[in-house]
Amino acid sequence: MSLAPTPIESHMMPDAMLPDPATIEDIQPEAEGISTFSLVFSDPARASTFHFRPGQFNMLYLPGFGEVAISISSNPSLPRVVGHTIRYAGSVTRALGRLKVGDMLGVRGPYGSAWPLEKALGKNLVIVAGGIGLAPLRPALYAILRRREDFGRVVLLCGARTPADLLYTDEYAHWQAGGIELHITVDLADENWKGLVGVVPALFYRIRVDPKQTLVMTCGPEIMMRFVIYEALARRIPKESIFLSMERNMKCAIGFCGHCQFGPTFICKDGPVLTFAAIEPFFGKEDF
Amino acid sequence: MAQDLPRISANVVIPKPLLQQVFDNLRASDFSLIGPTVREGAVVLDEISRLEDLPLGWMAEQAPGRYRLKQTGHQEYFFYGVGPDSWKKFLHVPQLKLFSVEKTDGKWVFKPNQDAIPPRAFIGVRACDLSAIGVHDRVFLSGEFQDPHYMRRRERIFILAANCGRAYSTCFCTSMKTGPKVTGGFDLALTELPNAFVIEVGSEMGSEMLRDVSWEPATAFDLGRAAQSVQNAEREIERQLSTDDLPKMLYDNLEHPRWDDVAARCLSCGNCTQVCPTCFCVTVEDTCDLKATVAERTRIWDSCYVQEFSHVHGGNIRPTIRSRYRQWLTHKLASWIDQFGTSGCVGCGRCITWCPVGIDLTEEVKAIREKVQR
Repeated sequence: MSLAPTPIESHMMPDAMLPDPATIEDIQPEAEGISTFSLVFSDPARASTFHFRPGQFNMLYLPGFGEVAISISSNPSLPRVVGHTIRYAGSVTRALGRLKVGDMLGVRGPYGSAWPLEKALGKNLVIVAGGIGLAPLRPALYAILRRREDFGRVVLLCGARTPADLLYTDEYAHWQAGGIELHITVDLADENWKGLVGVVPALFYRIRVDPKQTLVMTCGPEIMMRFVIYEALARRIPKESIFLSMERNMKCAIGFCGHCQFGPTFICKDGPVLTFAAIEPFFGKEDF
Repeated sequence: MAQDLPRISANVVIPKPLLQQVFDNLRASDFSLIGPTVREGAVVLDEISRLEDLPLGWMAEQAPGRYRLKQTGHQEYFFYGVGPDSWKKFLHVPQLKLFSVEKTDGKWVFKPNQDAIPPRAFIGVRACDLSAIGVHDRVFLSGEFQDPHYMRRRERIFILAANCGRAYSTCFCTSMKTGPKVTGGFDLALTELPNAFVIEVGSEMGSEMLRDVSWEPATAFDLGRAAQSVQNAEREIERQLSTDDLPKMLYDNLEHPRWDDVAARCLSCGNCTQVCPTCFCVTVEDTCDLKATVAERTRIWDSCYVQEFSHVHGGNIRPTIRSRYRQWLTHKLASWIDQFGTSGCVGCGRCITWCPVGIDLTEEVKAIREKVQR
């Protein structure tokens, strides 16, 4: 098909690549090399109108260093203060790690798709998190706890490399009291660990699922999610009911830089939360 | 005596030298002219002002991995094919300051880039390249987000298209259904005859630019000759890319041995992505002064052939040339259609000509198709 150029109308267009300044209100260490940065937009209007859906992310920009996509990990009902749990992994996140309360940075967002909480109403949920993969799932936990009676059984299967790497451990009791069933494991125990040892997907063997009534939401290393999907499919949970949050390099978060492509999917705008059904032909393909 | 202006969709004929008057009209209306001109052994797109700047008589010998410009002594301005440049460099610029940010009283103040964009007239836009602009309109203007930098450049251009009167060995616009004749989206479109231009008027602005150009309405004979010229080009096109069920065929063959074969030849240099009129991937660069009080973000063309392109903490998603070539080809010919409702390939053949080792995507697709795995 010959594609005629689109007629263009001149009008003011917002510049989606331009960040808004925000101040660090709090830094909460979570584990070795991982902290939660709570940010407040400098512009009161922006701060009071900002809202996000669980699973979405922001682009955090540090002048001179660069920009990085970080999931929002705080309570969606309290969106004035926006929490980002950051692992110091690359040059930008390491530079962010040197900031102090009161310092400023640039924020764009929120971007991307959200966890299917509406779809999960009245259903059971199996939430599976590995390491920092719990961060984008935490807003979903907040949202579920807020209206716990609207969901069926809610199970959180969660793990990390070592006990010291487990995130938000202070909140476990609160989650359990709110009616979330918790199964925690570590890959490698220390002398004080009395819990389970082993990989996260193996936690599926501790629960029974009703495949027709269950939604799976998972975030963690891709290899972990691969086995989570395997376990879920083995329990006849349909691939349309399996949701995962993917990670890819991103430079723009709005579908223009091309970096985050995963087959037809732009992880930034079609994802990060995707059904397994949508990406099955490409998921796990070598170097894809 | 002042002549009436032709109406939209009218065809007129002008003697070749009178194209200068169209140029002058455009310049008088504050357009700077960008068109084909010979530099360092290639026809590039750059600022021009006079007919003499056009590549009169120059033709390029083009083959996989080969481009040689030759002066033929012919009397055609627009028979040079396509060179390494595309209009992308003026609309989706290779390097763009996104914004600057300055620390004032301990606070970061962001300053958007609102550089004035001069109106530009693109002279000699081929059908394939006009389609490429249409592809970029989809990419940058039709989605949930729009790129204001593209928009500000795009809305200020005048397009004088040129139908192709001859084709080159790397052309395959007929397969991609983009040419060799332009079908819309232009202000004026010319077809070059030995002693005249037949010009189709595509817009009011186009008509306006024919003011004081003494034109004649095109006769059936003129139109016949113009049609024949385009047919000549069409007949010369030998290269073909079968688009039948192409996305599914590629998706079903992501583990085809041909990817290893092409990876052994591909240098992963990214030339194909640079010359491609639709490849749009970019990265950003951050700079700051020594005190870290003034910083700037710059967007620059990137390429999926660059290893860092897919870097995430812990490594690269596509560490091999096999995976990067596969990404480029499947994006161009398959996932692009899922993303934007159009192929990312317009059949201009630049990636074939400018590949230093002469990799030809039409051959690669053919090889995969001949031995499909599924």
